[in-house]
Amino acid sequence: MIGGLFIYNHKGEVLISRVYRDDIGRNAVDAFRVNVIHARQQVRSPVTNIARTSFFHVKRSNIWLAAVTKQNVNAAMVFEFLYKMCDVMTAYFGKISEENIKNNFVLIYELLDEILDFGYPQNSETGALKTFITQQGIKGQHQTKEEQSQITSQVTGQIGWRREGIKYRRNELFLDVLESVNLLMSPQGQVLSAHVSGRVVMKSYLSGMPECKFGMNDKIVIDKQGKGGTTDEPGKSGKQSIAIDDCTFHQCVRLSKFDSERSISFIPPDGEYELMRYRTTKDIILPFRVIPLVREVGRTKLEVKVVIKSNFKPSLLAQKIEVRIPTPLNTSGVQVICMKGKAKYKASENAIVWKIKRMAGMKESQISAEIELLPTNDKKKWARPPISMNFEVPFAPSGLKVRYLKVFESKLNYSDHDVIKWVRYIGRSGIYETRC
Amino acid sequence: MPAVSKGDGMRGLAVFISDIRNCKSKEAEIKRINKELANIRSKFKGDKALDGYSKKKYVCKLLFIFLLGHDIDFGHMEAVNLLSSNKYTEKQIGYLFISVLVNSNSELIRLINNAIKNDLSSRNPTFMCLALHCIANVGSREMAEAFAGEIPRILVAGDTMDSVKQSAALCLLRLYKTSPDLVLMGEWTSRVVHLLNDQHMGVVTAAISLITCLSQKNPDEFKTCVSLAVSRLSRIVSSASTDLQDYTYYFVPAPWLSCKLLRLLQCYPPPEDGAVKGRLVECLETILNKAQEPPKSKKVQHSNAKNAILFEAISLIIHYDSEPNLLVRACNQLGQFLQHRETNLRYLALESMCTLASSEFSHEAVKTHIETVINALKTERDVSVRQRAADLLYAMCDRSNAKQIVAEMLSYLETADYSIREEMVLKVAILAEKYAVDYSWYVDTILNLIRIAGDYVSEEVWYRVIQIVINRDDVQGYAAKTVFEALQAPACHENMVKVGGYILGEFGNLIAGDPRSSPLVQFNLLHSKFHLCSVPTRALLLSAYIKFINLFPETKSTIQEVLRSDSQIRNSDVELQQRAVEYLKLSSIASTDVLATVLEEMPPFPERESSILAKLKKKKGPGAVSVNELEEGKREGGELNGGGERGGDSSSTPSPSADLLGLRAGPPVTAAAPSAGSLLVDVFSEAVKQPSPTAFLRLFVCKNNGVLFENQLLQIGIKSEYRQNLGRMYLFYGNKTSVQFVTFTTTVTCPGELQSHILHIHTWNSLEPLIEGGAQVQQVINIECLTDFSDAPLLNIKFRYGGALQNLTLKLPVTINKFFQPTEMASHDFFQRWKQLSLPQQEAQKIFKANHAMDTEVLKAKLLGLGMALLENVDPNPENFVCAGVIQTKAQQVGSLLRLEPNAQAQMYRLTVRSSKDTVSKRLCELLAEQF
Repeated sequence: MIGGLFIYNHKGEVLISRVYRDDIGRNAVDAFRVNVIHARQQVRSPVTNIARTSFFHVKRSNIWLAAVTKQNVNAAMVFEFLYKMCDVMTAYFGKISEENIKNNFVLIYELLDEILDFGYPQNSETGALKTFITQQGIKGQHQTKEEQSQITSQVTGQIGWRREGIKYRRNELFLDVLESVNLLMSPQGQVLSAHVSGRVVMKSYLSGMPECKFGMNDKIVIDKQGKGGTTDEPGKSGKQSIAIDDCTFHQCVRLSKFDSERSISFIPPDGEYELMRYRTTKDIILPFRVIPLVREVGRTKLEVKVVIKSNFKPSLLAQKIEVRIPTPLNTSGVQVICMKGKAKYKASENAIVWKIKRMAGMKESQISAEIELLPTNDKKKWARPPISMNFEVPFAPSGLKVRYLKVFESKLNYSDHDVIKWVRYIGRSGIYETRC
Repeated sequence: MPAVSKGDGMRGLAVFISDIRNCKSKEAEIKRINKELANIRSKFKGDKALDGYSKKKYVCKLLFIFLLGHDIDFGHMEAVNLLSSNKYTEKQIGYLFISVLVNSNSELIRLINNAIKNDLSSRNPTFMCLALHCIANVGSREMAEAFAGEIPRILVAGDTMDSVKQSAALCLLRLYKTSPDLVLMGEWTSRVVHLLNDQHMGVVTAAISLITCLSQKNPDEFKTCVSLAVSRLSRIVSSASTDLQDYTYYFVPAPWLSCKLLRLLQCYPPPEDGAVKGRLVECLETILNKAQEPPKSKKVQHSNAKNAILFEAISLIIHYDSEPNLLVRACNQLGQFLQHRETNLRYLALESMCTLASSEFSHEAVKTHIETVINALKTERDVSVRQRAADLLYAMCDRSNAKQIVAEMLSYLETADYSIREEMVLKVAILAEKYAVDYSWYVDTILNLIRIAGDYVSEEVWYRVIQIVINRDDVQGYAAKTVFEALQAPACHENMVKVGGYILGEFGNLIAGDPRSSPLVQFNLLHSKFHLCSVPTRALLLSAYIKFINLFPETKSTIQEVLRSDSQIRNSDVELQQRAVEYLKLSSIASTDVLATVLEEMPPFPERESSILAKLKKKKGPGAVSVNELEEGKREGGELNGGGERGGDSSSTPSPSADLLGLRAGPPVTAAAPSAGSLLVDVFSEAVKQPSPTAFLRLFVCKNNGVLFENQLLQIGIKSEYRQNLGRMYLFYGNKTSVQFVTFTTTVTCPGELQSHILHIHTWNSLEPLIEGGAQVQQVINIECLTDFSDAPLLNIKFRYGGALQNLTLKLPVTINKFFQPTEMASHDFFQRWKQLSLPQQEAQKIFKANHAMDTEVLKAKLLGLGMALLENVDPNPENFVCAGVIQTKAQQVGSLLRLEPNAQAQMYRLTVRSSKDTVSKRLCELLAEQF
């Protein structure tokens, strides 16, 4: 179990230190600073073992969060907790920065007391936490006994994530499908690896204790239905279903039901939450294709031509497109010509950065650059790092579609039709690279 | 870089550095550097030529980036260009870049060397200095090749400026250290020595560093420096503090130079010239006197400088080890430092005293400080000082204060740092053994040792205690009582249980009379520890139990019960199970008489226990000799059994330590002890003085490989091969401690006649001066036999271990028979030749008593090991042995015939050797007579 949790700034100064177990000594704080933050060689592994003590760290901008343990714990659990911790902090005071952490240190200790008990993770649901850990401090004392006991019964109850008696005039539901697509492609256009990791994020403003049911074009469900005889559109369903490799759910989802019927039904928390996460690797729609062309002209010159093609419906618009073409380390000058957008050589990053604001589907654009090189003594060859790309598209590259989202509330008198639902798809680039 | 930014301030550089310093994160820093690198690349790329200033600026930036830990793969050309600039600052930056960043890149090296050459031949002293500094900083082999010839010339040239001479001397020193083979001695060497007379003190200081280094390799070439150094030293020492203007440091005249001079003198033996010696002694006295004077300044630098000279002078005095007066004075001076406020001073004083203690002149003087040292051991806060104090106590220990010192060390052991405990235990064990006056004290001490630091007590130590107890009847009762008491402690160390089990098993009857330690009480006490012990200890305890059955029949049923229990008789460990089964059967079947015979008290330890003894004996000096014998004896299947050793040893110097071990059944210890003055002899002090070389030779006459020497520090293994008149010997030096040996040197000398090139010895590869703890190094010696010889070459080994100088002299087992070439011949050939060699001086004969059992096979093996051919069916009497061989020397070949006639009834041998040379016959006869 987690023995302690430390937060450092970029210099390695301790901002927050909370030790949960006696086996973590005082020198553990310094050990991590010396061996990881101030290490000669940058430490790339997120898990470091120093003197039989394991340190799990994540970095948020310039802030290091490190969980410490002497036991053989589940590393995935520790990281999940650290990410949750980041989410909770973000929900409470916005961006995780040194300034914010210093300003909110009392709150952070309060949170740490609540979400970890003797090193065991507890309730880390922001919504629930906010009911009893408030930033108004003193105001909280005005809660009546009744309210307090209500909180207790809710937090310790079966549905810890939602309290009773929520009332909205307008029952509304927002659903976002956020995906990030990762790709590594060979110069010849062969896909070396590709996967999509997606999240379904919901924001619900519903009265009472509604029961929701979420349906998507999961291959298993569709196939089952096809067999079951409810053949609405047999040809279509087979094509448009997607194979989900693995998925995880918010605690509100009834897993037993998912296991038996593969239907996702849940009583939603109030406000914003992440309903599920999933990953697919099959039949991914790659929104862009990058075609690089690099030619070395003698020892002192390099010609680069990169073509990008958008590969989706012409009616859709991709946004925030950025292509990053790495340059050799001995670059002494660059000339760039591009048809669309703006391109610039950024010496500090050793790359040419080409930015396009908007681009419709089934279009093509091109950049060409002349790179002058300085002859060096080293015979080392340039490693030719891959060309990477960033973008945002308004569809789900995995092909996921929301089929339905039904809301039932038996006690209060509103039906599924009265709920206003919004669905949005956003596909972003993860690590989207093409070798050149 | 204040020096650079002042004159023609490179603002760009300053801005860049401050930008880097202000970076919030590593990423930001890398970004800034990448940007700067791109900028510099575009500048260097630019078609228009850069002026010297900007070139310097950019090279500086590159250097800064490199020093931040980033790779720089361009800009070398620009830096080389800077070398040819005429501006000092530009040249300096160019050289700086080259010395930091140069890699063995052929094209550039040539350009650089060219530029350096130009600067060296220029008349500008600052440029010459820059060039010399660059050579020294790079110090690569290429540089040495290019300039090793040039620099000595600059150094001794008459018109060279002083500052250049200084740089040249240091540069040459550096080149000599990296590639000594390239710096050739020549006529300049004598002129370098005369630099000691130079007017300029800086030159002298630089030159002396060079001379010290050079003279270590070629002491003869620089012999003349001694008198020069002495006169220089005396001038400095006698000068008033104001004479030396710039070279007076906090009222101390030229402290660095003085230290270096004293150190140089330590490379040489005391000067033979009386006048020089007198002057030197006077200097040393003055230095000692000055230490007594009140300090001229309260500043710490003043006392540091003064003490530095003093310590160097003291180490010179110790090095000479010939002036009792000075030694005692030095000792007293150090005694004052022992209580000084400064930790460093205390440390140094203890360290120097350690070496002083080993000198016969000052040993007594050192001993007077025993209280202070013990106090230091107890109260000192710094662990390294405590360690030194322990070293010193060890070094100053002798008969008179052994008890006190051992007691102090024991009491310190309880609180000692874990890192030094092992060493301390070893030291206590050595001292206790070396100066044991009575055995009860020894037993007490070792038992205490086991009680206090059981984990660090090695097997050999407790083996030793048992051997001593077994071999000495007068301590047996006492030992049993003590062990019994020690075992009553609720928690005792396993080693203690082992000793207890063994001793009570043997001598439990001696204390059984007392109702408090009745047999059953003893047994229960031992058995209460049984379950907490490891398997080997349990096995030992089982043996102790069966001994109990013999000693005390009344315990029989109890013990049988124990043996019969499932945990013994069905133990998963084979050894334990077997013991339990066998002992149980033995106790139930055998009659009391049989039992008494089988389980008789252990006899005094005989030699066949050699390997244990050997390990143990490494704590003592000449023991090494007998160790070898014993080990060999065992290896060769016991052919050299106890009897032989006895004879051999008594012929060599009597070594009383062996008696304590019970090696010999012969003279009792009490008789032997007074003769040598100490019961056990230590390797450090006495091994040098009393090795018994013949013993070695005897051992290695019939074999080529084995352990030549072993003590608790060092093991020397030997492997040799011979062909015709040539031989090659591999010596393996193994460091058995966990501490490194420093200044490890070995020299092979051929004393007396041998030196006059009868035997040609050539050491092949010189050793590293350092042997890491636990490491082994190898040395190869080539031997050529020119003519026959009788003596053996000497191997001298010197090294420092924990501050104390160890000195060993051993004989190398090179004997004439090694160069034998076997010759097969038929019976009549043999007798024909036998008759040919009938001159009386050609024959050597010896009749002697057998030292070993007369086993034919063993004899055969020995004769074959001798190197001659063993001829079968030659002698009419099949009992007799006949051998033939030719000794190959460079000068001649000596044919030898041998006849050995054993007489089994009389246990006598008659050995006859005939060879074409009388000395050979005699020597062979001598060598062989000791073998049987």
